[in-house]
Amino acid sequence: MTMRAPRGAARGCWLFTSACLIVACSHTQGPAAAAAPTTTAASDPVVAFETVRAVLQSPRCVNCHPTGDQPTQGDDSHLHQQFVQRGPEGRGATGLACATCHGKANPPDSYGEHMPPGVSTDWRLPPPEHKMVFAGLSSRALCLQIKDRKQNGGKDMAGLLHHIADDPLTRWGWSPGYGRKPVPVPHDEFVRAFKQWADAGAPCPPARVAQH
Amino acid sequence: MRLNVNGTERQVDAPDDMPLLWVLRDVLGLTGTKFGCGMAQCGACTVHIEGQAVRSCVLPVSAVGNRMVTTIEGLSSDGSHPVQRAWAEQDVVQCGYCQPGQIMSAAALLAQNPEPTDQEIDLAMAGNICRCGTYQRIREAVRSAASKRRAER
Repeated sequence: MTMRAPRGAARGCWLFTSACLIVACSHTQGPAAAAAPTTTAASDPVVAFETVRAVLQSPRCVNCHPTGDQPTQGDDSHLHQQFVQRGPEGRGATGLACATCHGKANPPDSYGEHMPPGVSTDWRLPPPEHKMVFAGLSSRALCLQIKDRKQNGGKDMAGLLHHIADDPLTRWGWSPGYGRKPVPVPHDEFVRAFKQWADAGAPCPPARVAQH
Repeated sequence: MRLNVNGTERQVDAPDDMPLLWVLRDVLGLTGTKFGCGMAQCGACTVHIEGQAVRSCVLPVSAVGNRMVTTIEGLSSDGSHPVQRAWAEQDVVQCGYCQPGQIMSAAALLAQNPEPTDQEIDLAMAGNICRCGTYQRIREAVRSAASKRRAER
């Protein structure tokens, strides 16, 4: 064994070849994220919300806002390995916390792909009291949930804006580490669309639109 | 850089991006902690940092700072930690390669949750893979270790 930092997913697979192959294959494939409108210049706040939705339902956000209590991972949002769970506070199971693998920063690029990413704040999911599921929701359902303080952890629009504009965990989605696709909408465009939607009273798409 | 390992301050000459596991094994000679997958998928490299289970294969040594690192060598000086005794009594080990990581994860669990249910044991230990399939004995040993800790309090 050398004393250099590791590089490449294949390194170290001698012991757990099958598991490594599964991980190596599954992390790099997957459907494209939901398409965003090409511009938020339109004055319609519901159109602006579609830009917000495209971000929230991208793999970088959905993976920690999953259906159920098991996060997902990878650009294809497959179930997280090791049967990782939300846990009592959203920080994983007791004894297998998110922080067991997710550090305070992304590992160096020299470590290669498929390394657990990190962020300066604790890596976490929403707590069980307000799960804030993003996966699989219609635009209308997503919109209604986000602005419902009973479901969103008591956040008002300023609190929501802080989470999407300034929270390092959210901003990580645009710097997700080596081999991982960033959120497909530029961060400033996302924030601009969110503000446009919020400033207009945060209207939600009508129910009929929610069917597609 | 300086590292606090097993209660001792150590001076380490290593690149900032070297994984902690490399430093422990190749620089400090603490080879009890094992290299398995190198990508936090198997748990063989588990150590404690400030009492929390951490995968040392994906943690750059520069990220440790002055936090306390405990390896399997530092869990006890003589193998007397309740988890180590339970492991021996239950004859958990088969090939043994994953066991330092298993023991470190179990010890971290019991430090936070002294009386875990079977489900809580399974969830906490789910990140530690045993190629020999000793999972039944691992769970039994964690139960036994929990009893020992209770008896000694």
